[in-house]
Amino acid sequence: MNELELQKLINAAASGKRPHFFADHDVDRLLAIVWAMAGELAVTRERLDTVERLLSERQLLDRANIDAYRPDATAAEERGRWQIEYIARLLRILQQELDTLQGKSGK
Amino acid sequence: MTDATRLGCAPPWTEAGQHAMSPVATHDDIARFNFLANFNKFMASVVVTGNAIAFKERAAPQWHASHGAPPETRREIRETMREDPYYRMWSSLRRSGMEMRQQAGRTLVLRQMAALRDRARALTAAHPETLRLDPTVSVPRYQSELDNHCMPGSYYAEYLEGDVTAAANYDAGMFATTTGLFGRFLDGAGRGTAEWLRRRRPGWTPTRILDLGAGLGHNSLPIAQAFPEAEIIAVDLSAPMLRYGHARALGMGIQNVTFQQANAESLPFEDGCFDFIFSTMFLHETSHSALRNILGEAKRLLAPGGVQVHLEQPPYRGMGAFEQFLRDWDCQYNNEPFWSALHDTRLPDLMVELGVARDRVFETEIHALVEDEMPKVSTEVEDYGRGGMWYACGYDS
Repeated sequence: MNELELQKLINAAASGKRPHFFADHDVDRLLAIVWAMAGELAVTRERLDTVERLLSERQLLDRANIDAYRPDATAAEERGRWQIEYIARLLRILQQELDTLQGKSGK
Repeated sequence: MTDATRLGCAPPWTEAGQHAMSPVATHDDIARFNFLANFNKFMASVVVTGNAIAFKERAAPQWHASHGAPPETRREIRETMREDPYYRMWSSLRRSGMEMRQQAGRTLVLRQMAALRDRARALTAAHPETLRLDPTVSVPRYQSELDNHCMPGSYYAEYLEGDVTAAANYDAGMFATTTGLFGRFLDGAGRGTAEWLRRRRPGWTPTRILDLGAGLGHNSLPIAQAFPEAEIIAVDLSAPMLRYGHARALGMGIQNVTFQQANAESLPFEDGCFDFIFSTMFLHETSHSALRNILGEAKRLLAPGGVQVHLEQPPYRGMGAFEQFLRDWDCQYNNEPFWSALHDTRLPDLMVELGVARDRVFETEIHALVEDEMPKVSTEVEDYGRGGMWYACGYDS
């Protein structure tokens, strides 16, 4: 199996009709792509975070070190917090809707 | 909006328990799970709350205006909410999250499918007698028609002989999906069940135990550890789950579990040969007729003086229609076709129909028991269908 075939297998759809939620189904499709990008950006950000931590800790860089890295409790907390803030940042438009809804209900 | 900085965050995937069958994860694999876990947490604690407001302020009044009465059933609520832009966005994101979780898990395990298969074989070689695969067992149509909770190939796909990737993917991803609420080794339900049994029957030790729909046996293992003298039979339809689960258990040094491929509707065991029978989050994946057959088999197999208990998400009865509607999302949009019917079923009544005396039947609640440093369900907002607490129904024979 070559790389492309493996990626096709990884990306296989589950059987069953995929639901659409928006009146225009293209919106569902676009959102799925945007959200996949958001995920991959988080992946990149996390890698960078690791590189920075390793560099500051050891003053050197070795790719094997990156894969072996395990955050300590403090780092895990900071990284999780970043994820939450990042997600909140991306969902700005939804937050605005929620704020409006909460304003309406007097919350 | 809730102040995001006040929210707890999900434990990183590196906190998930490592064992002999754990796939080798790169930094990117781990980061994908970390993103998904925190996304799930944010969705379940912040974003979901807007649905109730959208319903109250927009969808319900709209329905009322066009129908002359407020929406009353969960179906009416779904019909009107499907038109609401906030619910659409939440649902579309949630569905994308489910698919991305599969993609992340498959990215991790499929590239090393041969290595995982070989490792499972090597571990199994030490105790081949406790893995009983039966190639004559066929996957019933109700299981093969739809891939369970959007897992491509469901529990059954085999991409090479002896494949274990369906299980490896399930095992690796669930820590992220449940944000650690099931514990490091996903065994919180089993540990909770063992503790529940100790309290219900102090000093009692079962000798032969059956775990129905055990999957990779993640909840069989804490029962096996709680009763080290007992023989546990973990039954499932899926060979990949059993192969992987068997190797995983042996890698943890647990040897009193036999992983057996069989259809729980018709089991190859003698009447009354188990004194403790249980299942965890299994019944909602069975069709109406299969459910009857499975509970019938469980009744046949339970020894006098024994006990059986089945853990599930809470039934819909007694729940408000809006909560039912939210909990029903998985049935409509996450390939859980029997979810609604199971949660509308009165399991105690079904057990009585099958001949169990009413006064023997009980209903209770069982919570996940997890490591001290893992998040606890009581302090968490529940992501409907994924919280670490369960309705439990069973009976003493």
